[in-house]
Amino acid sequence: MAGLVSITLQNNDEARPVIESILHDNPNAEANYMPGAVKIDCPERLVVKAESVSERIGRDWDPQEIHLTIVSMGGSLDEDDDELVLSWGA
Amino acid sequence: MTPPRKKKMNLKQRYALMTRGLDWETSYQKMDDVFPYDTFEGIKITDWSKWEDPFRLTMDAYWKYQGEKERKLYAVLDSFAQNNGQLGISDARYVNAIKLFLTGVTPLEYQAHRHFAHLGRHIRGVGPRVAAQMQSLDELRHAQTQIHTISHYNKYFDGFAEFPHMHDRVWYLSVPKSFFDDACSAGPFEFFTAISFAFEYVLTNLLFVPFMSGAAYNGDLATVTFGFSAQSDEARHMTLGIEVIKFMLEQHPDNLPIVQKWVDKWFWRGHKVLGLVAMMMDYMLPKRIMSWKEAWEIYFTQAGGALFEDLSRYGLRVPKYADIATEEAEHISHQNWAIFYQYTQAAGFHTWLPNDEEMGWLSEKYPNTFDKYYRPRFEMWREMEAKGERFYNNALPQLCQTCQIPMGYTEPGDPTKIGFRDSVYKGERYHFCSDGCKDIFDDEPEKFSQAWLPVHQIFQGNCGGADLSDVLKWYHMDQGVDNMDYTGSPDQKQWDAWQAARKKVAG
Repeated sequence: MAGLVSITLQNNDEARPVIESILHDNPNAEANYMPGAVKIDCPERLVVKAESVSERIGRDWDPQEIHLTIVSMGGSLDEDDDELVLSWGA
Repeated sequence: MTPPRKKKMNLKQRYALMTRGLDWETSYQKMDDVFPYDTFEGIKITDWSKWEDPFRLTMDAYWKYQGEKERKLYAVLDSFAQNNGQLGISDARYVNAIKLFLTGVTPLEYQAHRHFAHLGRHIRGVGPRVAAQMQSLDELRHAQTQIHTISHYNKYFDGFAEFPHMHDRVWYLSVPKSFFDDACSAGPFEFFTAISFAFEYVLTNLLFVPFMSGAAYNGDLATVTFGFSAQSDEARHMTLGIEVIKFMLEQHPDNLPIVQKWVDKWFWRGHKVLGLVAMMMDYMLPKRIMSWKEAWEIYFTQAGGALFEDLSRYGLRVPKYADIATEEAEHISHQNWAIFYQYTQAAGFHTWLPNDEEMGWLSEKYPNTFDKYYRPRFEMWREMEAKGERFYNNALPQLCQTCQIPMGYTEPGDPTKIGFRDSVYKGERYHFCSDGCKDIFDDEPEKFSQAWLPVHQIFQGNCGGADLSDVLKWYHMDQGVDNMDYTGSPDQKQWDAWQAARKKVAG
């Protein structure tokens, strides 16, 4: 399907609040569960917000912590202190 | 409420200081003398500063996160070894997929480490230079963690012990080895296109994601852990791949035809190498998560489709023969497993015929091809086995000059006819499995005519001797132990004894 971006994360305790945040902040995102990992697809654009994850874990979450649980991705990425964005056409 | 997020400098500022800020223009030596390799391929770069790492990862953050990944990984590995994790896998046949991984893939991680170190020195732009340095360290980490993890299986199962020696010599391992040798002997931009873009971005998901998920499903805690730990670096490698392509295309319009040619070449080379993974997924995992065809649809047709649609604004098109590769996704795993079954006597892992349940799964996953073309062959071989006439192919196969795979693949549109192509170069005729492989040769005949082809080398007397036993000795293959069918192997005896002991305890 054209224009789909995706992020795959490990399905573990550390990634779960990140997965939850993504699904909350991207209403069109769809999670596909496989053994050990979750592939989240979203049309056009997907955002991971540091604020959302921080709220869920009760401490300041740095978007660079994504490096600990990311498995794969599709799309062009842009990251700063507040969020990580996957999109096409950037 | 969480406290407000405060940092002395933001990520973009830190990234600028820790990369650009560490670079300088040379004064008493010419830049061209200091960086002699990044111009000869014809790629024109007008402004290196336009490069940016989208993760904006700096070396200090890199060490911090890598250190944490390592601590986690080694805690699991230690626990796996301490708790006899090998007893928990689905079936000992599974271990053969790990043998193929260690002998075929792990040495490529080491090659990647070496070549990214080369690029980490020799790329003029500081952004990609720093990214290449990090990737070089990643690749060394991958090689080391894979060897550490799999060393536990080496204590209990055969076929692992001689993996670096085998990688350099064994016939089917020349397929992944020559793929990487080809990339490492190319210029830096072709290497980036080959490994960072075509392999890491377009194709590597097909290797790691379904395979590691398959390891999770088959109870292999250790492989899942090193696999996902490595894969977490892979996301960064993928961004390097896509950035390098965009960067080359944005820098100068003259770069497009060069980049397109490399994308075509390396897509096709990668597709052929991944045929080994197709076979692992469809035939070697006792518990399967998805078929190769399904993985191809998700990771090439769908994800690759979105990618190439995005890149079309630069004039880049979908790789040549992508349609042929998609058609082959219905055939490649069956044809490869059939090759290994026939040559089990020369394989460093065990083979078997799929059982009824497994053939049922293959019929369901491959409704267009399995029952029509492949089931009858496996059933015939099963009947031959039952009569005590197990089929061995004792002739050495003709190899494709480019991909080095035995010429067992069929014609596009006709799965009953083997494909053959040939080209003449300096009075010698060279043979190919496909149009894709022939095109690659025709573009660089001087390079590919020098390929070290295992079968040719055996016939020339360079591989230990004239008969199979001599060659296997030269491979360091323990005959009757490492090779042949799973049924009757020492691996199987050991596994069956463990299962019997477990039953006894259960009463």
